[in-house]
Amino acid sequence: MNKLKLIIAREFIAKVKNKSFILMTFLSPVIAIAMIGLVAFLTKKNDDKVKEIVYVDESGLFLDQDFKSTKTIKYVDFTKLGVDETKKKVEEGNHYGMLHIPKIDSLETLANSIEFYSKDTPGLSVIGSLESKVNTKLRGLKMQKLGIDEQKIKLSRIKSDIKLFNFSGEKTSKLANGIKIAAGTVAGYLLMMFVIIYGAAVMRSVIEEKTSRIIEVIVSSVKPFQLMLGKIIGNASAGILQFFIWGILLFTLSTIASVVFGFDMGGMQQANLSPEQTQAIESMGNDKVQILIQELYKLPILKLFLLFIFYFLGGYMLYSSLFAAVGAAVDSETDTQQFMMPIMLPLMLGVYVGAFTVIDDPHGPISVIFSHIPFTSPIVMLMRVPFGVAWWEILVSMLILVLTFLAVVWLASKIYRVGILMYGKKTTYKDLWKWIRYSA
Amino acid sequence: MNNLLEINNVVKQYGGYTALNDVSMHIPKGSVFGLLGPNGAGKTSLIRIINQITMPDSGEIILDGEKLAPHHIEHIGYLPEERGLYKSMKVGDQALYLAQLKGMSKSEAKKKLKYWFDKFDIGAWWNKKIEELSKGMAQKVQFIVTVLHEPKLLIFDEPFSGFDPINAQLIAKEILQLRDEGATIIFSTHRMESVEEMCDYIALINKSNKILDGKLDDIKRQYRTNVFEIGLKTDRAEEVKLQLKQNFDISPANFKSLNEGLKLNVKLKSNTANDLLSFLTANGEVNHFVELVPSANDIFIETVNKTN
Repeated sequence: MNKLKLIIAREFIAKVKNKSFILMTFLSPVIAIAMIGLVAFLTKKNDDKVKEIVYVDESGLFLDQDFKSTKTIKYVDFTKLGVDETKKKVEEGNHYGMLHIPKIDSLETLANSIEFYSKDTPGLSVIGSLESKVNTKLRGLKMQKLGIDEQKIKLSRIKSDIKLFNFSGEKTSKLANGIKIAAGTVAGYLLMMFVIIYGAAVMRSVIEEKTSRIIEVIVSSVKPFQLMLGKIIGNASAGILQFFIWGILLFTLSTIASVVFGFDMGGMQQANLSPEQTQAIESMGNDKVQILIQELYKLPILKLFLLFIFYFLGGYMLYSSLFAAVGAAVDSETDTQQFMMPIMLPLMLGVYVGAFTVIDDPHGPISVIFSHIPFTSPIVMLMRVPFGVAWWEILVSMLILVLTFLAVVWLASKIYRVGILMYGKKTTYKDLWKWIRYSA
Repeated sequence: MNNLLEINNVVKQYGGYTALNDVSMHIPKGSVFGLLGPNGAGKTSLIRIINQITMPDSGEIILDGEKLAPHHIEHIGYLPEERGLYKSMKVGDQALYLAQLKGMSKSEAKKKLKYWFDKFDIGAWWNKKIEELSKGMAQKVQFIVTVLHEPKLLIFDEPFSGFDPINAQLIAKEILQLRDEGATIIFSTHRMESVEEMCDYIALINKSNKILDGKLDDIKRQYRTNVFEIGLKTDRAEEVKLQLKQNFDISPANFKSLNEGLKLNVKLKSNTANDLLSFLTANGEVNHFVELVPSANDIFIETVNKTN
């Protein structure tokens, strides 16, 4: 027991003193925040620039009010100049592009004959907004032709909004669902990344002991299993330390950033809306916003955090014992490829099941099954938890994970025990099977 | 109890391969015991069993009167052939860590390390990383770490590899001194001249079987051939040769000597070395007279070839 403590301490210190660990711990939150800041800054800058689009309407169907300028796009009527002249002007000048509406009587044909010229390929949003403008106009014209009263159609339009309740009578909203999805996905992805990063660290540490040839010195003092366990626990402790530092750093940095850059999300949104729209939101949306905020607070943050720690530890221990066995089986990191695939596959599967199935149906059979299979459960269960999972289901999943870990660590230690003293020969899966069956 | 270590009928198999086949040997207390054998004979398997890195399939090992158990790790020091240290760890931290793994307290380890570092005059390396040291320097640290906890049993596998002749001599002296202070030493090597120089006992393993063991002097006696290498300054070389032939078996010898004259290998028959010597002195001036004692090298090659 005392020796295990010594090993854990050494592994922990070796990991924490490592320059790359220090760099990663203190730099990545800064980089993450800086990236978000940069993207936000650039998006804002981008929006500030007004695009000028000119149009040549030969059909004469479109009126000025059909091309209402917005904050980001300004429409200018160049019809009088004619197509060729305008093209030249746009090509030489600073205009973003030119919309050409030819003179065609049939509305159907016209709908497919409108052209847009620009120097650069236009963004999807620009084309989308142009198309929707044209659609609205042409649809209106078509209705007139067919004798349909546009006003009546508008009046007949009904927008439904199904209110969501659970049986304890709480009101939820679809927006809240989005938050749950986001929280689960972030937790699941984070977990996968950590398992890979820290599992690989364990593997590298095993390989280092093999290549530096200290391994035989060590195992003449401690049992290989103790060494493996100490390595796994030591690295996990470093990982948890890193979480906490990141948590603290992210919190402080984002607080500082929001103060410095003055990101006022509410203000930004409102700025893009017309007064009527703002009013509309205020009248009917207030409720929603409130629910959203409530929902954010109601999100089982503490539960999610504790489960994250548990599933991180469980998943990490499970995978890192496999990583340790792989490290023991090879002579250098370049030889690990063939053994990495079967380890990475279930991790990837977990994320994909989480990203596609859980979001679609958090309590469907596939989600439930994968949240119990120990190789995917840490990721999938974490993604399900925000949607509310029965405590006994979580308990069963945890129990399976723990039992599987014990079985896997037992198998891995058999491979490890033999592998660490093997040099030179390239290991095959057949060798691994043989090692498992060796007696001590 | 005269034996520190008794290995009784040890068998070890890996899958279908037998690494040790019913091997027994007794290692007397306070001796240097040479564990010899060709590559792949099973020496490392045996050493790993003694270190409890692996367990024998059958057979038992008795250390100092007790059946080998995990707590004996503290009484064994092992310098493996495949050895190394953590490259990015500081010398001092590393030595302390390894000493603590052998059951020493930190303060005790510090005290003893100071003694050894002073003895080898390497105190200045304490805060250096292993990767900053040369191979020979790292080997010195490794040697200290092996002997630091003053084990009863020391196992050295090719201890001189990586040392220059001066440092090899220093280490050899230390090993012998440890023996004189009461430690028992198992010494595995392919360098036969160091076997001659250091071992009191040897055991020879070939193809998983022990084929020879005992006191080195006794074995040599067993293997002696009663052949003498002689050099004789005489004017009547042919005549002397003819006369020698009547009582001894002779064959031409080829040894380096500053003196001119007859060079022969002479094998005694029923007579003694004195008979040979008195004949020679009567017939000329003896300038070379050496019994051809089989070297450990000869015994090694001969025994192994015989069993192959």
